[in-house]
Amino acid sequence: MLAYIARRIIVMIPTVLAISAISFVIIQLPPGDYLTTYINELQSRGENVDASQIEFLRQTYGLDKNLVEQYFFWLGNALRGDFGYSFEYSMPVTDVVGDRMFLTILVTFATTIFIWLVSFPIGIYSATHQYSIGDYTLTFIGFLGLATPNFLLALVLLYFANVQFGTSIGGLMDPQYIDQPMSWGKFLSVLEHLWVPVIVIGTSGTAAMIRRLRANLLDELQKQYYVTARAKGLPARRALFKYPLRMALNPFIADIGSLLPQLISGATIVSVVLNLPTTGPLLLSALQSQDMYLAGSFVFWLAGLTVVGVLLSDLALAALDPRIRLGGGAVK
Amino acid sequence: MTVERQEGDGDRQPETRLAHYHNPQSWDPYHSEPLTAKQEAYYLAPQWKLMWWKLRRHKLAVGAGLVLAIMYGSILISEFLAPYNLHSRHTQYIYAPPQTVRFFHEGEFIGPFVYGTEFTLNMERMQREYEENTDDIQRIRFFCLGDEYRFWGMVPGSFHFVCPAEGGTLFLLGTDRLGRDILSRIIYGARISLTIGLVGVIVSFSLGITIGGLAGYYGGWVDNLVNRIIEIFQSFPQLPLWMALSAALPAGWSPLLIYFGITIILGLVDWTGLARAVRSKLLALREEDFATAAYLMGASPRRVIFRHLMPSFMSHLIASATLTIPGMILGETALSFLNLGLRPPVTSWGVLLNEAQNINAVALYPWLIFPVVPVIIVVLAFQFFGDGLRDAADPYK
Repeated sequence: MLAYIARRIIVMIPTVLAISAISFVIIQLPPGDYLTTYINELQSRGENVDASQIEFLRQTYGLDKNLVEQYFFWLGNALRGDFGYSFEYSMPVTDVVGDRMFLTILVTFATTIFIWLVSFPIGIYSATHQYSIGDYTLTFIGFLGLATPNFLLALVLLYFANVQFGTSIGGLMDPQYIDQPMSWGKFLSVLEHLWVPVIVIGTSGTAAMIRRLRANLLDELQKQYYVTARAKGLPARRALFKYPLRMALNPFIADIGSLLPQLISGATIVSVVLNLPTTGPLLLSALQSQDMYLAGSFVFWLAGLTVVGVLLSDLALAALDPRIRLGGGAVK
Repeated sequence: MTVERQEGDGDRQPETRLAHYHNPQSWDPYHSEPLTAKQEAYYLAPQWKLMWWKLRRHKLAVGAGLVLAIMYGSILISEFLAPYNLHSRHTQYIYAPPQTVRFFHEGEFIGPFVYGTEFTLNMERMQREYEENTDDIQRIRFFCLGDEYRFWGMVPGSFHFVCPAEGGTLFLLGTDRLGRDILSRIIYGARISLTIGLVGVIVSFSLGITIGGLAGYYGGWVDNLVNRIIEIFQSFPQLPLWMALSAALPAGWSPLLIYFGITIILGLVDWTGLARAVRSKLLALREEDFATAAYLMGASPRRVIFRHLMPSFMSHLIASATLTIPGMILGETALSFLNLGLRPPVTSWGVLLNEAQNINAVALYPWLIFPVVPVIIVVLAFQFFGDGLRDAADPYK
């Protein structure tokens, strides 16, 4: 097991490096750099451009060097925990990102749990009652969840909560807790607001997971060991829970890898609509104002989050499934 | 599984044993059971025909395919189908609610018509209010002359399938903040929204086949490298990556260039799934005898891949590709909704939904979110159709 963990972590290093390179390319893609945009903006407002400040920024972030040098400069700084400077917020990127990254992780984690809780019983029901009315209805609702753009679902939910309960469910906490240190009241307030984004983001992932579980379970239910177990008189429920369900459970762990990027994608746009203090709205505004260090770091962190998530799911899977642990490498 | 008990199996009695059977006719080694016409048609049918037969049994997939065919057909004649021009504004009817089509006026049948609307400005709530005037009957005209347009931007015309009464209005799905008919804009928007997925899929398809093909055919370190690259791409959340890339499109580009830019971005991020499918199929197929034979006869790798291996799983690939189109359509919708995708005057469903960006729009003008209906229908249709196609393309089911 230790050898497997070590191997997995070593494989991760080049991946993270490549991700950092792609993030850096994104930083560099728009023509010009933020400083030129910044200078233009100041000049259009008729303000004076402080040449020495610009020069200082240019040197601190190595904007006068060539691309490759800039990359290693950025990477070197990043390794020391300095991801560059957000020109829009006039503070280091790490300070802007920190809190929001935590909330993003919280929302993503809660959504994953939600997806598991919902798709698990529905998947089992659909598989054991194949082609029944319930199966068709649930499958159709799942498809509908898959097809509806989730930002619109968010809007509609926002509207109905407003009309029905008279409360604003936007944001992730009550206004009085914003920018306050963590407290019990803040925590409860976050919990109260969390369900909306969780449901909205979860809908699309749930549908996919239900279908996966249903297909896997149907395959298992046709196998001979299950038929034998039933033929020997094991009650349906017990036979189901004892053998095939365990086999069909793998996707719950293994799919975190493909689920995480999907959830983060969904969270990005939903949080823009719901105005959540997660990474989404900030990423959008950073992209629109070409605050590229901030945007690049966001992309890097989101991808990094996924890589770590996949690592965790692989380790969990290896712990559960000896075939993977001993065979080396994940089986897809 | 039930095993039928063969007659006389095991506990057979000696006296019931059958007499030795001998066929008196001489044996003709060239004799064969003639196939019936039906059997012959089945056994000799090419693969695409078998697929079609299988698909035809899948009612839901056929229905979905029909819906798609109608929608894609409509983009050929959008100008004719839409009651208004894409850009015609009605300053008297800003944020007008949908008008209902009626057939009876005070119990009397007079064919399809709408009531005229009267507009008052409610100064208290600062809101435009529209009221139906039941005296003003506006008969809907069919196959009629209405708004002028240029067919596909070239041939001028003004012939429509349906138009409002002379001097009347026909806003079946209401109007937006500039008084433009939403139904017409949805019909025109289909042109962009439906094609963006197709072009995007072509990009990701070519990338997927080439890269996945190389990995699957050569194996070894090429395969390893490609796998790593795919893993890296897949660990990026799609939407933030799409957002970052489309934010990088120069602001000075023309709307058409932006359109192609967006499709290429959609394809660039999406190819990994297809590449994986190609790779795993190729890895299995290249071990087959016919691939070895082609190689021994001196065929180049390109010829082996494209001439010999590719046809074996092309149908499967097309089915998988069908399933990636809805993701792209949703992606474009999301990007345009966030102002990072297409920009007016190019009109896609996402651009239309951009108008319904805040809760006020949903509360005051709920008809602004109508463009989501075609999005849902298309995505569902692609999903069902793609599922059916994949089942039909799978020889083992």
